[in-house]
Amino acid sequence: MAAAKARLAVHKFSSCDGCQLAFLNLGEDLLRLAELVEIVHFAEAGPVDPEAPVDIAFVEGSISTPEDEERIRQIRKNSRWLITIGACATAGGLQALRNLADGPGWIAEIYAQPGYIHSLATSTPIAAHVPVDLELWGCPVNGRQVLGAVRALLFGVVPALEQDKVCLECKRHQAVCVLVAKGLPCMGPVTLAGCGALCPRFGRDCYACYGPAENPNAAALGRRLEGLGLVPEAVARRFLFINNGAPDFAEAGRHWQEQAHDPEP
Amino acid sequence: MAEPGFLPRPRFRHLLAALTAAGYRCLGPKVRDGAIVYEELDSADDLPRGVHDHQQPGAYRLQRDDSPRCFAWANGPQALKPLLFAPREILWTSAAGSDGAIAFHPQMPEALPTAVIGVRACDLAALRLQDQHFLEGPFPDPHYGVRRGNLFLVAVHCTHPAATCFCASTGDGPRAESGFDLALAELDEGFIVTAGSPKGEVLFGQLLLEALDPAQQATADGEIAAAAQAQQRTLPSRNLRDSLFANLHHPRWDDVAQRCLSCANCSSVCPTCFCHAEMEEPALDGSHSAHYRQWDSCFTEGHSYIHGIVIRADTRLRYRQWLTHKLGSWHDQYGRSGCVGCGRCIAWCPVGIDITEEAAAVCGGDHA
Ligand code: SF4
Ligand code: SF4
Ligand code: SF4
Repeated sequence: MAAAKARLAVHKFSSCDGCQLAFLNLGEDLLRLAELVEIVHFAEAGPVDPEAPVDIAFVEGSISTPEDEERIRQIRKNSRWLITIGACATAGGLQALRNLADGPGWIAEIYAQPGYIHSLATSTPIAAHVPVDLELWGCPVNGRQVLGAVRALLFGVVPALEQDKVCLECKRHQAVCVLVAKGLPCMGPVTLAGCGALCPRFGRDCYACYGPAENPNAAALGRRLEGLGLVPEAVARRFLFINNGAPDFAEAGRHWQEQAHDPEP
Repeated sequence: MAEPGFLPRPRFRHLLAALTAAGYRCLGPKVRDGAIVYEELDSADDLPRGVHDHQQPGAYRLQRDDSPRCFAWANGPQALKPLLFAPREILWTSAAGSDGAIAFHPQMPEALPTAVIGVRACDLAALRLQDQHFLEGPFPDPHYGVRRGNLFLVAVHCTHPAATCFCASTGDGPRAESGFDLALAELDEGFIVTAGSPKGEVLFGQLLLEALDPAQQATADGEIAAAAQAQQRTLPSRNLRDSLFANLHHPRWDDVAQRCLSCANCSSVCPTCFCHAEMEEPALDGSHSAHYRQWDSCFTEGHSYIHGIVIRADTRLRYRQWLTHKLGSWHDQYGRSGCVGCGRCIAWCPVGIDITEEAAAVCGGDHA
């Protein structure tokens, strides 16, 4: 008798739903995946059973409401492997910019009846609330990443994650460096590979949507960006963008914001 | 070998035609995305006529004027390396049979006769080192070997070194001395052509060259000599191995680690660097798998990962590895330094770190 199929869920928190497209856009591989595993919960694709116990739970989105906090604890209890997908789930997402701003003040300015909004003061990554087994970076993640993780877990091995910087992918694709040849403020030298150096291959600068690579020298890149003509506030914004909540980028962003407000003599 | 002959500029297309007739696809310099890259040439019109480069640590820009010359520039980000040592390729595939046994299938690249036009002396020197590494050991690399065996090299002597070049000090340029099939010296009115191999001789014979005026040869020699004179950087030509290894605790390694991004651009553009990583990419259903090899670098974590430990976790150790290997222990492995003075690692380093400056700083003082 064949062994029972692994059970899989895809959950969503505060996010744009884009990472779930990594599954929905798989084409034939989505059918293959559905044969290999039992997809028990994936609201955007059809099956809804959020409380079912599963072997693999993919989690998209950040924690930004009191309900989110409770729901992620339940998912953790129900899941053998919990894998975050994307910048929101892994670093708090673009919406974590509110951690650096006056969130309640903004809500009061935008909504006629702010009393109906029940948000936490911060948007935080899943790992700030429950233990996470694997983090897949990207905004959004791609099919190769999610399928690679599923395949490895089905083989019973720990998925091998990218560690390299975007520059390596850029060179493997024979792209011409936009920082050196055009003076663009490329974030590739501190950013995790995985996108295939998509932006540099189209002649534009990487904006770090895959988050920090291992051993990033954000301080040295920040100085280089300033040398390319960016004012400190602009350097800060390069780091405080999609993955502003990632500690290496948060620290660099803070440093350049301080430079902007209180430049060294 | 025959005496050099002269190919008037309008007849340059005859060279492409002869190579094409001999079954080669012709790759040569073209402008793409603001740099000179080697790609397929449809005609001589694709060449970078009147294009000149400005290179500085961490910066590369092109500009055009109305010069008739097509090779009046120093090397761009890559030349021969990616054509032979593929940035990423499948080495073998494997598949599970119905009995559960795994069968392996080698994946060989297609043999594609390829002529590369405009190869520089530094890149020929680097090619000799890559040949030594990939082909001359006890286990020749078949993937590299297939591509190498199908290569026809048309060198062009360098007359326009960049500010980042220092091939004269490493003894690798600017004149292409050997290792080519044909060599060209570019003049305003055309090219001086020399054959360097039996296959080069055959092609040389098909070009209907004109007799060379000694004044033309003198002009070309003068320009090449001036190119050597014009170089602004140097690397000591002596063996730096002992100096480097006597200075493993030099404070300069900490200093460069503050600046270095550990991004691997230097080793990726270096024409002699050969490090690679291998990985398996299984199909989703687990029935078959592809085994890849791709460019790696001593600046990555994976490069020094052994049995659960990363040996070189920080940038100080990674930069030190790059320099002490390239300029030091290469002498033990390959009988010379791994640097041919092309200057690419200086220009294409996003933060402009200069290998000649770092080597001088580490080896210059006495911190042993
Ligand atoms: S374009 Fe960006 S990612 Fe590519 S090599 Fe240059 S700095 Fe790195
Ligand atoms: S070390 Fe730098 S200058 Fe020397 S061959 Fe490599 S890229 Fe060229
Ligand atoms: S020396 Fe330059 S190119 Fe090389 S790893 Fe360091 S920053 Fe990158």
